[in-house]
Amino acid sequence: MSLQFLADGLVAGATIGLGAVGVTLTYSILRFANFAHGEFISWGCYLTLLLAGAIGAWASASLAPLGALSIGPNVLAAACAAMALTGLLAIALDALLFRRLRRHGNSITAVIASFGAAMALRAALEAIFSSRPVYLSQELQIAIRVGGLRVTPDQLALLGLAVVLVGALQLLLTGSNAGRSMRAVSENPALARIVGIDVANVIRLTWFIGGALACAAGVMLGLVVQIRPTMGAELLLPLFAAAILGGIGSVPGALLGGLIVGLAEAGTVQLIGAEWRAAVAFIILIAVLLLRPAGLLGRPT
Amino acid sequence: MHDFGGIVAYGSVFLTLVLINGITCLGLNLQWGQTGLFNVGIAGFVAIGAYTSALLTSASTDGRFGGYGWPIVLGCTAAMLTSGLASALVGAASLRLRADYLAITTFGVAVTVQLVLRNAEHLTGGNFGVSFIPRPFASLAERPALFGTLNLLLVASIVTVLYVALDRLVRSPWGRVLRAVREDERAAAALGKSPARFRLQAFALGGAIMGLAGALEGHLIGFIAPDNFDSALTFQIWTMLIIGGSGNNLGALLGAFLVSTIWSVTGLATGAWFPPEDQARGAALRIVAIGVLLAVTVVLRPRGLLGERLSVSRYVGRSN
Repeated sequence: MSLQFLADGLVAGATIGLGAVGVTLTYSILRFANFAHGEFISWGCYLTLLLAGAIGAWASASLAPLGALSIGPNVLAAACAAMALTGLLAIALDALLFRRLRRHGNSITAVIASFGAAMALRAALEAIFSSRPVYLSQELQIAIRVGGLRVTPDQLALLGLAVVLVGALQLLLTGSNAGRSMRAVSENPALARIVGIDVANVIRLTWFIGGALACAAGVMLGLVVQIRPTMGAELLLPLFAAAILGGIGSVPGALLGGLIVGLAEAGTVQLIGAEWRAAVAFIILIAVLLLRPAGLLGRPT
Repeated sequence: MHDFGGIVAYGSVFLTLVLINGITCLGLNLQWGQTGLFNVGIAGFVAIGAYTSALLTSASTDGRFGGYGWPIVLGCTAAMLTSGLASALVGAASLRLRADYLAITTFGVAVTVQLVLRNAEHLTGGNFGVSFIPRPFASLAERPALFGTLNLLLVASIVTVLYVALDRLVRSPWGRVLRAVREDERAAAALGKSPARFRLQAFALGGAIMGLAGALEGHLIGFIAPDNFDSALTFQIWTMLIIGGSGNNLGALLGAFLVSTIWSVTGLATGAWFPPEDQARGAALRIVAIGVLLAVTVVLRPRGLLGERLSVSRYVGRSN
């Protein structure tokens, strides 16, 4: 068996990992499985596409791709702005929907609401952009050889970017006051409030980080596959599988889980066939629930 | 009045589909409304039932599993068994864990079932699905009004039997344990009722009812395909139950009627207002509207139109 699947699997896995970080944070701090998280990925990617087009039209100069990458500075700038916008979209959804449900105190109702929000957000993309596939870049890339594997410069850059983003987040969580507050709310929201932590602010920060990382995942995905309104929804099951495999609440665990799911999917595509890829996440999910429900890096509850 | 027959045929087909969704909704009400179990894979369990009955009752087809020509009643029974069994397996894997894990697992079931429907062509017929499924009263198919009315009466009587049976079940001691488990698991356990076992029973029975709905859909339309069982179905059934009032079987049926009506009326409206090339966008807007309706109901009227009624033992309050 060729080891080429390692390269493809790591890049896909990094994308899943970035999305899973948001899922795991929402789950541990707000205590519900957010079925709308996949839509943040799609919205992030479409926002990047829109902004990149707008910046390209405004600059009107020919924006050459950066170095060996397939994307120009306009896409890079657009991706940064879109990350902020997707973070704000997540905060807005919380203010409109989930915050009102938290007052009733029934977290499972939030799951239904997130499911409805997911359908509405996805259908809105279809209504605005139609379901015709679009692309972030039309450039063709020549693969380079790294230790016998074919990788494109884009793939290497994306893998690096994912590790940097998750590393930065982990530093934020362990080293800063904001991070300590987030972990405190995740442990015990009532106690956190008593010691003077602004819980509402922590919740906004959680949504912002989750949304921004989902957007980054969406841009990574958009460079590898066609951009369609269902792209995020199709990633939802791998996101959940990765978050649970890594251990709910663990940021490094989410990235690790994502890489494992991505590698397993790529291996399956090579061994069995691309049409069965979506079943891999389900099998991993069931295996984790049966064998180690706390996940690899999580604490048993 | 040659149109009259057409209206009867159209109306009976519409109401038949409403009642089939109503059956699925009753299954979800047993799982969520009574027991508090969150199923995001409704479409998967309905599909398992639909394909089980369709494959067992249809005539044999080259290169595809099944085709045993079983009677429709046996096919529907088998559908309830397979969907119930699938639900029991899923429940056994995830019910002992956090509530959200059941939601995630059932979502995975729906994704995987959809994958099998599309790709395992020798088992399921692939993207084209299964056609020529035997239909009740097939010899009368030449007369649409009579054919439609008879089928409607058939489904209506099945719904009536199911409704009465579920209503009795909900009021029985078994039903009261389900609500006890939903409201306070520890109290139920302290009274010697195993929450895990009652949850599993309710989840499996609800799944079997969904399987029956799937089987009936196949037999009444005569044709099933993977597209009939995507996440939009799960979403519609949830909206029906939440709007109608979860915990209330009558609410489940009312919700099925209202949401199906809204769905058809908005379908006619987008068909009339949008040019042919924008039809897909119109369909997407309908889903946005229903999603917003679901979110608004959850926030503003979490009990739905008909809330749960208090149902206690007939021995309560009796002095002896």
